[in-house]
Amino acid sequence: MLKNITIGQYFPGNTVIHKLDPRIKIIITLLFIISLFIIDNFLPYLFVSIFIFTSIFISKVPFKFILKGLKPLFFIILITFIINVFMTKGEILFEIGPLDVTKEGLKLATFMALRLIFLIIGTSLLTLTTSPISLTDGIERLLNPFKRIGVPAHELAMMMTIALRFIPTLLEETDKIMKAQMARGADFESGNVLKRAKSLVPLLVPLFISAFRRADELALAMEARCYRGGENRTRMKQLILSRRDYIALGISILLLGLIIVDRLL
Amino acid sequence: MIIKVEGLTHIYNPNSPFETKALDNVNLEIAKGEFVGLIGHTGSGKSTLIQHLNGLIKPTSGKVIIDGVDISAEGANLKDIRQKVGLVFQYPEHQLFEETIYKDVAFGPINLGLSEEEVDKRVKEAIELVGLNYDKIKNRSPFELSGGQKRRVAIAGVLAMEPEVLILDEPTAGLDPKGRDEILKQIKKLHQDFNMTIILVSHSMEDIARLVDKIIVMHKGRVSIVGKPKDVFKKADELEELGLGVPQVTYFMRELKKRGKKVRDDIITVEDAKEEILRLLRGNGNA
Repeated sequence: MLKNITIGQYFPGNTVIHKLDPRIKIIITLLFIISLFIIDNFLPYLFVSIFIFTSIFISKVPFKFILKGLKPLFFIILITFIINVFMTKGEILFEIGPLDVTKEGLKLATFMALRLIFLIIGTSLLTLTTSPISLTDGIERLLNPFKRIGVPAHELAMMMTIALRFIPTLLEETDKIMKAQMARGADFESGNVLKRAKSLVPLLVPLFISAFRRADELALAMEARCYRGGENRTRMKQLILSRRDYIALGISILLLGLIIVDRLL
Repeated sequence: MIIKVEGLTHIYNPNSPFETKALDNVNLEIAKGEFVGLIGHTGSGKSTLIQHLNGLIKPTSGKVIIDGVDISAEGANLKDIRQKVGLVFQYPEHQLFEETIYKDVAFGPINLGLSEEEVDKRVKEAIELVGLNYDKIKNRSPFELSGGQKRRVAIAGVLAMEPEVLILDEPTAGLDPKGRDEILKQIKKLHQDFNMTIILVSHSMEDIARLVDKIIVMHKGRVSIVGKPKDVFKKADELEELGLGVPQVTYFMRELKKRGKKVRDDIITVEDAKEEILRLLRGNGNA
């Protein structure tokens, strides 16, 4: 069941998308998200779909993999959809008990659901095609200008690197503890909400203990290797922008431009 | 046969770049009351194999039959199987979670839906079975115990389910010599006193040589050698090629033999070696 989580999981490859500078990829993703929030009717979604599906195609990440990433968030999307359907006032199409389904509601709900789906696909494409290390490298470099106003860029990036690095470890640990408790007859899958929540105690307590133990050990190991963050730290891989980065950035600015123009018209 | 594995294959992450074949057409049989040692270098598929034996993971293809029941079939009663086959994972103390030792050991029996008296009885028995003092320890927190004691509490948690087969994945890893000896002693006792079928995964060839009736050697997801310890450990070169070895004392006896002493070549425990060397010194083994 834990295998379904693809958020923050890297899908190794050697395509143009994989090779893009992480800074550019992060900026493109931000532009993409901004585009999604500017959109106010259905037509621009066509551009967005072309953009995102072409990217997925080039990246060679199997589409199934991306769909799997949507699965855990299915309920959030569903709830957003339902709330929007019922809570929007307007021309009534039909009624379900005390609730009205309006034309505007249905439109807005589809609209919001699409926005969420594209948001998730876009951001998961970023993490699927960028290794966690280069991702945090990119974030650190992007935050660098803000150092002057006291943003601890390096520390933030380091924290993120560590957090990302431990996602698979913790998932593995969760899987292991779950299996160990299942071997003792624990049941995580049946019963009502309350019973299921209660059944998580044998999982969460050992998980927290092990997370703290790992954190402790990691801190010690870093200190033992004289870790000091910040000033004058050099890096093994220098980030250098190349032509493909500018082209990719150009394309996404074009997308944003199109959507802004559409909105203004 | 209490355990029968037929053509068992397991593939992790199928159809992704991380696809790995952990088990490849594994066939084996384990009889009731047997004490089996499972060895193999890291990543040889031991852990995957033992997790199949109580239905924690499903085979990609092949069958696992426990006591005549095919547990890989749809709708198999897994609770039943997990009661019958107790699995103690590596570092089992990492799964302790309750406030008191009593509650933690009772977790399994309660999940089985047993009556309060039965749970009570089993917890007491299990704690004493692993050599701890029930009255002294039952209301203490499992987190204030020493490493070896914690591990024994965790093992008691599995024993309290009264399994017929007990599988232990490196039960002595990371313990001091005293803790290690105690755990192994308890395991041996379980085998002798209750005729429990035991599968022991270990990297210590000494422990394996001393305890088990049969060795199964895994390599690259396949069963590569099966046999009695004395026979398996004769194949020192083959085992070394698989990233394993033989007990130190077997190397020692082999060296003696190489130097022209007439000693037996199937010696795997220190006790046997002692007898053999004494025999040699008394003069009736010298060439």
